[in-house]
Amino acid sequence: MKLQKNSRLALYSILEFAAASGRPVAAAEIAEKYGVAPHHLAKVLAELARAGIVESIRGVGGGYRFAGNARRLTLFDVICHFEDLSPTDAERREPGERTQAGRAIATVLSEIDEIAQATFKSITIATMLQLMERQGAGRTAARS
Amino acid sequence: MGTKTATKQARPAPPPAGRARTEVRPVRRGDLAAVIAIDARVTGIEKRAYWRGIYRRYADADAPGRQFLVAADGPVVLGFVIGEVRDWEFGSPPCGWVFAIDVHPEARQSGLGTMLLAAIARGFRRAGVTKVRTLLSRDNSLILSFFRSQGMMAGPFIPLEMDLD
Repeated sequence: MKLQKNSRLALYSILEFAAASGRPVAAAEIAEKYGVAPHHLAKVLAELARAGIVESIRGVGGGYRFAGNARRLTLFDVICHFEDLSPTDAERREPGERTQAGRAIATVLSEIDEIAQATFKSITIATMLQLMERQGAGRTAARS
Repeated sequence: MGTKTATKQARPAPPPAGRARTEVRPVRRGDLAAVIAIDARVTGIEKRAYWRGIYRRYADADAPGRQFLVAADGPVVLGFVIGEVRDWEFGSPPCGWVFAIDVHPEARQSGLGTMLLAAIARGFRRAGVTKVRTLLSRDNSLILSFFRSQGMMAGPFIPLEMDLD
């Protein structure tokens, strides 16, 4: 499973903002930590702001902060702004899709998509923060 | 089955607020009407015969691995959880299975589901298992999210099915 770069950037940013508990986080800080171009990140943050998931705080000490409900917002709610999750339309049909083999392959791919979407829909930002904490604690314990 | 008696003893409507007095305890016969009412409210289908069978299997039976617990605030049942330890099902070493968990819709968002799951997990540990599993519809995002929030991840099994013509 691979996410679009913008989806990953959106998730990195939201997790950083949600972990900051209301403190604005500078976009430059995110760009540096995840090794991405600031102008690329700015486009992603603008989309998240349009969706009401983050808000921009102007002035000294400004940046972005999380504006959603971490216990309700799921990974799917975020990535749906960046991934093409709609059913295949006529213009995007792959060669051979209407053949018997093409339909069988489409059935299998659709099964995979459904499972992936169910997974994204079931994991909230709060759950991701817990997972990060557990994995961080696990790594710390392994090192000591 | 004393359904009429149960109706008198257990009221399904939750109190408006406050969970200070809520306890998780083994189900009693008098709780069954409230359990049936919560399930009917959530699923839209009342299944009295089914729940009487579940009660006999999980509450009446003297089987240490089986648990049928309720979260109750005094006489008011607010939620329930059911599960049991199964040995070598699907080739798996003994583990605890949670078959059902539900909280009255008006009593949600107050930690009752977490209390119920923690209680049944304690019972599973006492029964000697270190793994808990469950299975639910992938459309059920609400309950999937709940189990995820409790730390559950996808297990090593894939459920399969087919139509029998």
